[in-house]
Formats: sequence, structure tokens, C-alpha cells
Amino acid sequence: MTTASAVEAVFRIEQARVIAAAARIVRDVGIAEEIAQDALVSALEKWPDSGVPEKPGAWLTAVAKRRAVDLVRRRENYARKLAEVGRSLEHAAEPPPAEPSPDSGPEADIDDDLLRLIFTACHPVLPTRARIALTLRLLGGLTTEEIARAFLATEAAVAQRIARAKRSLAAADVPFEVPYGPDRAARLDSVLEVVYLVFNEGYSATKGDDWVRPALCEDALRLARVLAALLPNEPEVHGLAALLELQASRIPARTGPDGSPVLLADQDRTRWNRLLIRRGFAALDRAAVPGVPPGPYVLQAAIAACHAQALRYEDTDWAVIVTLYGQLAAVRPSPVVELNRAVAVAMAEGPETGLALVDAIAGDPELKDYHLLPSVRGDLLARLGRWDAAREEFLAAAALARNDRERELLLTRAERAEQPEQPGQPGRAEQSEQAERAERAAGEPGRTGPGPDVVPGG
Amino acid sequence: MPRFLTLIRLDENNLPEDGFSPEMGERMGALLKEITEAGVMLDTAALTPTSQGRRVTYSGGTLTGTDGPFTETKEVIGGYSIIQAKDLAEAEEWANRFLKVHDEVWTVTCEIRQISED
Repeated sequence: MTTASAVEAVFRIEQARVIAAAARIVRDVGIAEEIAQDALVSALEKWPDSGVPEKPGAWLTAVAKRRAVDLVRRRENYARKLAEVGRSLEHAAEPPPAEPSPDSGPEADIDDDLLRLIFTACHPVLPTRARIALTLRLLGGLTTEEIARAFLATEAAVAQRIARAKRSLAAADVPFEVPYGPDRAARLDSVLEVVYLVFNEGYSATKGDDWVRPALCEDALRLARVLAALLPNEPEVHGLAALLELQASRIPARTGPDGSPVLLADQDRTRWNRLLIRRGFAALDRAAVPGVPPGPYVLQAAIAACHAQALRYEDTDWAVIVTLYGQLAAVRPSPVVELNRAVAVAMAEGPETGLALVDAIAGDPELKDYHLLPSVRGDLLARLGRWDAAREEFLAAAALARNDRERELLLTRAERAEQPEQPGQPGRAEQSEQAERAERAAGEPGRTGPGPDVVPGG
Repeated sequence: MPRFLTLIRLDENNLPEDGFSPEMGERMGALLKEITEAGVMLDTAALTPTSQGRRVTYSGGTLTGTDGPFTETKEVIGGYSIIQAKDLAEAEEWANRFLKVHDEVWTVTCEIRQISED
């Protein structure tokens, strides 16, 4: 007797592949998702009596493919696509064998289907938020409710966003394919960006009262690991995986017992997760391809690796970090990267030099409402003993911060700047972590390139 | 998403003579690929026999060390994995798949324990 929870566990594990296999036939992710749900219903009906089949994934996929083929055949408006799919349907329509032989379809096919699904869900035709919701739904296996909770949105809004995204893909007639042409790099970038943004929302939430929402980080990390397995020859994919593994290793140390943020300089490094650090370094090794200049994610991962290597904050090799930020600024120029470079320079060469760099970019319109600009200025001014100016900056930063925890921290720092003789006065820069969240006017998360941002602390 | 430690227990004195059949090795490789591609596997390894191990016990303020093999328990830990899964049911499904790649001559137990995240 198989319990429903066991069947559902199997389904959750297989869901993305089942959707992907169906989508290749019906060429519509929305319909494919419904078909996958139908396959789950079949399993829930049959498995409790017959037991879980030897290859449950193959069973579910075969059922879904069969339904997909039926649907394509039934619907006249799919006639054209039927021709496209052609003879492969005949093969796909075979009933699931009772005991699928190991060679019942090459693995590569399934991997390709999954990649097609990923590239489709992250298609640039969709607004960023829609890509995020659709990717978490179809590939992360999150329910609409889980996505809504993670992004502090209503379930109705998320459901609507996903439905609209599916319609947009269908309306734009987006081909269900893995791009190999000249647009591959841009398309891959779009995929990486989605995973990156999901992670960042978990890593330092843009709104609400939680400083960190680890569940979202884990969902993103899982997606990054899946990508690294499916696209082993893409250095930037390993770079993203490395970056997220290394960032995630710090999560246990990033919040104090009361939930308040703990700055990188003040973190108890014994709480960093060594397994994730080791995985991060391994991914970074895989990302290194001789003769290929490192891309933005690899460079950010290398910066994160510098922090991970330092057993104490005092051991941080700021000179190397300055160099890496220089390279990052060259491949993906953005004022946010410059801001981070300024922080590293301040650590390597002194706050005066860092402040000059910050002031040089302070007028950039992109940083106008960016709370980390005054936050960094405040920190550097405090280190120069200019308390009044520092206090003003911390207050300005607090007014711009959208995360409650972050705002509290900045207000605390403003208070301390009034009493510089107090212990606990930060005398060290807040070097940060990547979490680029320049919000567009439309409230659409966007970015000018993956930029580390100077979150107060790590 | 919780992490789980799976402890693979087996009777090291009654292992199948042929050890891994080539087919089993192949199935194991395919499963490892699958679980890695699912983004689930964090770390896994097999352990050398307990005859190469050592136990150190602290009791009453004194340390006592003993050499392997650890014969007092029938089943010893022969391997482990650290996986990340949504819940125990999902972790168990992966454990089932791991167990099922073994040839029928094997007797293997998979103990699934959630890692405390506090």
C-alpha cells in the first residue's frame, strides 16, 4: 500500500521533467503543467494498489506524453504544430512498459527537455517577476502559495502573474527550445539572472521584517545546482553555483539571536557552513577554463571565495578583492560594482581613498534611492571620525532602506555615531555581499549587471 | 528545505562475495547522476571497513580508544550521504532509489535522519 504522501514525494521529484516532456509535445508550458497534474492523479489512483513502479519517473513521463499526444491530436488548432513534431509522436505515444528497459529513451532527451523548459520559463519576452514566478513554479516545484509567501505577495497576485506569463509565452509563440545561436549567451544570462534574483530576495529581503529568508536561498541554490549539472560546459553556470554556495555558507552567521543583521566583519566565522564552502570552491574550480576570461558570476564567486578563505576578518586579502572588483567593473560596469570596489579600496588603502571613489559616483542617477550609498558613506565618514556627517548618512540610508531589519541597524548606527566613544562603534568597513536590487520605477526588479552590493555586512 | 544525513548500514562480515556487479555499478552511476541533476545531493561517500577504524570513548573523565573491527554490532555504517529535500517523504524516496540499485543478494539499511538546523 502506497501512501499519498509517498506518491506526492515521487511526483515532486519528477514534476519538472514530466512537465518538460509534455511541453516538448504540446509546446505550451501551461497545458504541460495541467497534463503533469493529470499524470499525478493517475498515479494517485493506481499506485496505492499496484505499488510505486520500478521507474516512477518514466511511468509519469510516459503517461504525460500519451496525454500530450492525445491532446495535440484532438485539438485542431495544434494541427500545425503536430506537423512540426512529426514522427517523434509515434514513438512518444507508446504506453509505458511495465518494466522499462534501461534503454527506453536516452537520458539526454530528458535533460534537453528540462533545459528547454528552463530557457522557456526564463524567456526575455516575460517581465523579470513573471520569469521568477514561473521558474519557481515549474522547475522549483513550489506551489503558488509558497511563492506568494516567499515574496510577500498575495496568492491571487502570484497565480495571476503565472497565468499571464503562460499566456504571454503562448501568444509570442516562443519556441520550446534550447538556444544555440547568437542569442544563447543573452538567453543563458536571463536564466542565471532569475536564479540570482531569487537567491538575493532570500539573502537580504527587499521588504518585510525578515532580514534573511533561507528557504528562498535554498530554492535558488537547488536550481543553480540543477543548472550546473545540466550545463557542465558553461563556466558562468558554475560561477553562479559557486557564488551562491559560498554566500549561503554564511547564512547561519548573518543574523543574531534576535534576528538582527550581523555584519560580515562581526560574524562568527565558526558558524559558516564548511560543506557549502567546500562545494563553492569545487564549483569555482570547475568554472575555471584556461584561456577563457572569467565572467561576472565567476568574478563575484572569486570575491566570495576570498572572504571564505579568511578565517578571521583581519585576514581578508583586500588587495585581491580590489583587483577582482576592477575586473568585474571591466566586464559588467555598474555604479553598484564601483561602490563595492570603493569599499574594498577603503579597506586596502584607507577610508580617505575609498570615500573619494564613493563621492565620484555619488551623483549617479542609478544610485539615487540606493540605501547602501549613504550607508557606505556613513561608514567611511565614521572611520574618518567625522561623526556628524556619518550620522546624517546613516539616517538617510535608514530612510531609504526597505527592509525593516536593515533600517533598524542603520538607525542604531546613526545613534552610535552621536556617541563615538561608545564601544561597538564600527571601525571597519561593511564589505558586503552581492545582492543587486536596483528597482525600476515599475517596481520590477532589474539590474545593470550582477553587482555585489554593499549590504551592511554580510 | 531540510537537510538529511542518510547512514548506510550493512553487515560487513556478510557482504556479497562479488561485491559490486558491473550492472549494479552502472545503475549506481546513473542514480548518482540523477540525484545530482536534481540538485539534491550535497555530499556522499563510502567508508572503508571498520577494521581500519578507531573508536575513542570518553567516560568518567577518561579516554579509552579501541581499534576496529567493531564486531559487537551486526550492522556498521558503510557509507553516508547528505541530501537536501523538501521533507522526509522526499528523502525516503531517494533512499528507496538508492537501495533499489543494489543486486538482490545485498542486505542494506538506510537510516534517514534530519539534520538539526538550529
